[in-house]
Amino acid sequence: MSQSDNFEAAASGAATDVASFEDTHKGLVGQIQHTLHVNPALVPLIVLVAAICIFGLVLGSKFFSPFALTLILQQVQIVGVLAAAQALIILTAGIDLSVGAIAVFCTVIMGQFSFRYGMPPAAAVACGLAMGTAIGAVNGWLVSRVKLPPFIVTLGMWQIVLAANYLYSDNETIRSQDIANDAAFLQFLGYKLKFGGAVFPLGVILMIALVLVLAYMLRSTAWGRHVYAVGDDPEAAELAGVNVHKTLMSVYMLVGFICGLAAWVMIGRYGSVSPSATTGVIGNIQAITAVVIGGISLFGGRGSIMGAFFGALIVGVFELGLRMAGADPQWTYLLIGVLIIAAVSVDQWIRKVTA
Amino acid sequence: MTQPILKARGLTKRYGKVTALDRCDFDLMPGEILAVIGDNGAGKSTLIKALSGAVVPDEGSVELDGKKVDFHSPIDAREAGIETVYQTLAMSPALSIADNMFMGREIIQSGVMGKLFRRLDKAKMQEIAREKLNELGLMTIQNINQAVETLSGGQRQGVAVARAAAFGSKVIILDEPTAALGVKESRRVLELIQDVKSRGIPIILISHNMPHVFEVADRIHVHRLGRRLCVIDPKEHSMSDAVAFMTGAQEPPEHPQAA
Ligand SMILES: Nc1ncnc2c1ncn2[C@@H]1O[C@H](COP(=O)(O)OP(=O)(O)O)[C@@H](O)[C@H]1O
Ligand SMILES: [Mg+2]
Repeated sequence: MSQSDNFEAAASGAATDVASFEDTHKGLVGQIQHTLHVNPALVPLIVLVAAICIFGLVLGSKFFSPFALTLILQQVQIVGVLAAAQALIILTAGIDLSVGAIAVFCTVIMGQFSFRYGMPPAAAVACGLAMGTAIGAVNGWLVSRVKLPPFIVTLGMWQIVLAANYLYSDNETIRSQDIANDAAFLQFLGYKLKFGGAVFPLGVILMIALVLVLAYMLRSTAWGRHVYAVGDDPEAAELAGVNVHKTLMSVYMLVGFICGLAAWVMIGRYGSVSPSATTGVIGNIQAITAVVIGGISLFGGRGSIMGAFFGALIVGVFELGLRMAGADPQWTYLLIGVLIIAAVSVDQWIRKVTA
Repeated sequence: MTQPILKARGLTKRYGKVTALDRCDFDLMPGEILAVIGDNGAGKSTLIKALSGAVVPDEGSVELDGKKVDFHSPIDAREAGIETVYQTLAMSPALSIADNMFMGREIIQSGVMGKLFRRLDKAKMQEIAREKLNELGLMTIQNINQAVETLSGGQRQGVAVARAAAFGSKVIILDEPTAALGVKESRRVLELIQDVKSRGIPIILISHNMPHVFEVADRIHVHRLGRRLCVIDPKEHSMSDAVAFMTGAQEPPEHPQAA
């Protein structure tokens, strides 16, 4: 005992601020790192603004016009909604390969329930949303309770849902004209608000509203904090008093519901219901691309939903800008590939300086 | 005779072929500091996890204040007033100090924003978090919103201890709270333990640091091979006795001191 007192007494004359929480990363690099850490959507926002400025300078008013800029929003509305869904899953350190397939299946549900069973279109939309939520619940249960890796669960679910989609629909397309005549409500989100040259379909407004609501939920509610904690370290979250199972289930079900919303947006955008819509096959990769470019860490727990939205917009800006510039579309893919790798490198850098 | 505030009988927990707890008994008396010592792998962490709901024992019973309790998660134990600092600290590195302190017990704003939109009262949580860290002597906090991963190991441990001390009302459990700390930071934690004790809240302290254990403990629970070997009084035994018991080099005293 007396021994222990001696060596500790020696330290008593030392400075008293050893255990302070002062920010030790001073200097420019440290400041940048800290700022990015606190605002992970900043990098994609800068890239987005820079891309718009460059295309605006090169292409002039052809690109930098209310019409063209709102056209980008229209072109990304489906991917934007799917990216919001994907972002939630990736924040929990998961990945969802089934988002696009669920969306297409939900369009089929909404269409067939209206036309095959004569359901009122509003009820058919509700059934589509419920189906999306139910598939999400199955994914969530397999991930959270059966503890299967999300990649495997959703890889399987992607195939299952896509096949069910073809089997149930008999690969039959419902034409836009028929929907407009008999079930116009299905196309509700295609209704366009015009302000001068700017065109805002309701689907775009839904996408923006969805992103804002999710950003609020993630930032300012306990649920949002729990989503981050579960993605960061599920065991620590559980010990700290988070109900990890409930959190994961709520995320996967919400994601399924958002896929149902994406389905409704799809009908508004395309007018028709087609089980072979490309979203079923590439929607997942498009959504993951937007999320990664948006700076959300694939390791979970880091990033913001705004980033994913900016990521989707960046892809849209590149696609339209390069097309207007008359470039080979392959340049778009090449540049997006570069952006993906750059985004992940930035994420790694932020983590490294942090640790 | 006073009753134990926290009492366990016959706790057993198996992980496959490993028996981490083997019909283990445990008693914590009101207002005392009980140290738990034992070799690595003796089952100390599993014991406190069984008491804090993080592990559901295969067999055995736990009583709090004489009433049988059945914790199925750390949330259950917390609601009963048992607060734990786990050896792994249980923090989310990317989240802020304030977020971590209030994880799972966030304060929601009063009024419409809180009721309708479940909006967190971040200002209030930050204020309380700052206050609690100040109490622990972790002064000059520049930024209560900085991510926990930007803190040193000792600072993280300080935050975890402050979290438990702030919210524990019946029992506080500390699993090796000074393991990552420097001399001065350890001293702060020991002072905090005394401080919590003076508020009448009993503490379970798991530690490998014999001088610390002998300095603050009222009784010492020696854990060996998944069970309580004996309970000794630090005033009647030396540190080398304690080490000899816990390593099996010496037989425990004839009549293990009853609780
Ligand atoms: N989650 C687990 N899975 C499998 N074995 C475990 C687990 N937790 C603890 N054990 C085993 O149980 C025994 C007791 O571990 P622990 O309670 O951590 O000991 P201590 O804290 O005394 O060092 C060890 O043999 C350990 O390997
Ligand atoms: Mg241990």
